[in-house]
Amino acid sequence: MPFSFELLLEAIVFGVLLGCFYAAVSIGLSVSFGLLDVPHVAHPAIMVFGAYCTWLLGRLGLDPVLAGVLLTPAFFLLGMAVYRFYYEVFEKRGSDAGVRGIAFFFGLALIIEVGLILAFGVDQRTVEAAYIGKSFSIGDMRIPMRTVVVTVVALVLMTVLTLYLSRTFTGRAIKAVAQDEQALRLMGANPMRIKQWAFGIATAVAAVAGAMLIIIGPVDPGMDRAYIGRTFSVVVLAGLGSMTGTIAAGLILGISESIVLMQFGASWAPAVSFSLLLIVLGIRPQGLFGR
Amino acid sequence: MKFWISAAIVLAAAVAAAVTVKNEYFFFAGYTVLVFVTLATAWNILGGYAGYVNFGTPAFFGLGAYTAAVLFKAFAMPLVLQILAAGVMSGLLGLAAGVLTLRLRGIFFAIATIALVVIMETLFINWRFAGGATGLQLLRPPPMPPFESYIKMLFVLAVAIAIVAVAVARWIEQSWIGRGLRAIRDSEEAAECTGVPTLRLKLFACTVSGALMGTAGACMPMYLSFIEPASTFNLNYAIGALASPMIGGTAHYLGPVIGALILSTLQQVVSVTISSEMNVLVVGVLLVFFVVAAPEGVLGLFKKWFRTSSK
Repeated sequence: MPFSFELLLEAIVFGVLLGCFYAAVSIGLSVSFGLLDVPHVAHPAIMVFGAYCTWLLGRLGLDPVLAGVLLTPAFFLLGMAVYRFYYEVFEKRGSDAGVRGIAFFFGLALIIEVGLILAFGVDQRTVEAAYIGKSFSIGDMRIPMRTVVVTVVALVLMTVLTLYLSRTFTGRAIKAVAQDEQALRLMGANPMRIKQWAFGIATAVAAVAGAMLIIIGPVDPGMDRAYIGRTFSVVVLAGLGSMTGTIAAGLILGISESIVLMQFGASWAPAVSFSLLLIVLGIRPQGLFGR
Repeated sequence: MKFWISAAIVLAAAVAAAVTVKNEYFFFAGYTVLVFVTLATAWNILGGYAGYVNFGTPAFFGLGAYTAAVLFKAFAMPLVLQILAAGVMSGLLGLAAGVLTLRLRGIFFAIATIALVVIMETLFINWRFAGGATGLQLLRPPPMPPFESYIKMLFVLAVAIAIVAVAVARWIEQSWIGRGLRAIRDSEEAAECTGVPTLRLKLFACTVSGALMGTAGACMPMYLSFIEPASTFNLNYAIGALASPMIGGTAHYLGPVIGALILSTLQQVVSVTISSEMNVLVVGVLLVFFVVAAPEGVLGLFKKWFRTSSK
């Protein structure tokens, strides 16, 4: 395809929209893996689970964004339970938690995936809302409303989470536990309870991300597999646990994917983001905004 | 010595079965189980001994399969040479992946290997000669005597490859390399300080592990008479390769073998009798159960049981 400035501009606009979405689906993982060091491979599976819950609530006539927000308390508790279990079984025992911890979350992801297949079948599911299916145009560009909604939700979500982590007492405690768990223990605080709380928040965020996932396109139970790589890429690219970095990494991924998509076709797009990840790991393993 | 005698017996039994047993399905299913035995054994060299989780099994397996398929299409190369070439290619991929990422902590290596799968899949989707996204039909040559069918021949070959893989794993486990890898798993800093050449050992393990995974994939195109990117680079291979050692036990070279035999046989039975979704559930449940309740796997359970019964 010949190079043209309009096409490039369009690719960048779509890339920004896509990038905000990527950042939003990764931000939960940025807390659970980036800050807490939990190898949470099941994060995308929980997200897909959230998408299906959104679909169920959508059938009752609820707006998907609202449904996602309503799901957060339940997912918060779910996350607390998952972390508590992980802590009791792996972190407390200490040795060799790495390999077995990853295997545990991998198994959890499979169980969620098959659970969804058994409950809902393998068919793709979509939700309906006033803004889905509509689009508006700026000049020659047609922008679907659904991507704009997702972008707005993503930006709100990330702002709230960033403010929470930097301004509130518990938020700072979460950052403290990420920096030096031992010091926190010496201060008389219980790191486990803070981490449990943080993991709950990460899971609640995954519920909203799930709602966005089903707004942006149809969802099927096996979808989590594609997002394991993507979300971890964003978190590593960002530098573990950096919220600003997560947004930047999401945007980089989204824009480069969208430019490649327009220039070389859809079949090359996934390889680019992952090559990017490998290059970053090779030359700057602490990520772009790493500690 | 005992190991080699049992290996010879297993191989002889496989040849005898291939010559006498008529039921083709037995070999068809058995071949898949054997592929997972090889994959699990290969995975355990890096994952079990050194504690570096590799999600990239499909990348190595798939590269092996495609190497074989492309060589067959281009030069009609004989099967044994295909297998060797597949091992070399996947070994090189292991070395390259290792150089790029093994300086990092374990989890980053795991993430990088996921990236590797996607990159390999994308490359082969876009390579016209290898069939692109739609895949490549391959015409099997006639089987070599004494085998009357190609599947039976592949079954015996798969047994041989699995034995080679187990022998390599056993050799690594019992040599100073294995001790070094275990030291890395327990504490990489301590190992480095006591003079273990950690990076070189990890690179070696990654290369050997990748090469064995490649040989496991090499016969796959001939087995299916067909090769296609989506199923060749399927995450199910990563899951099987990771779950089997966890179930069987990672400390001993027989652990992955036992795990793969249990898991893959169960999967074959479940997918035939119930449904193919249920076989994924089987892996998930077994994986979580063993990791949580029996971290040393079936072998660990056996050991415990013998200890208590002898008291």
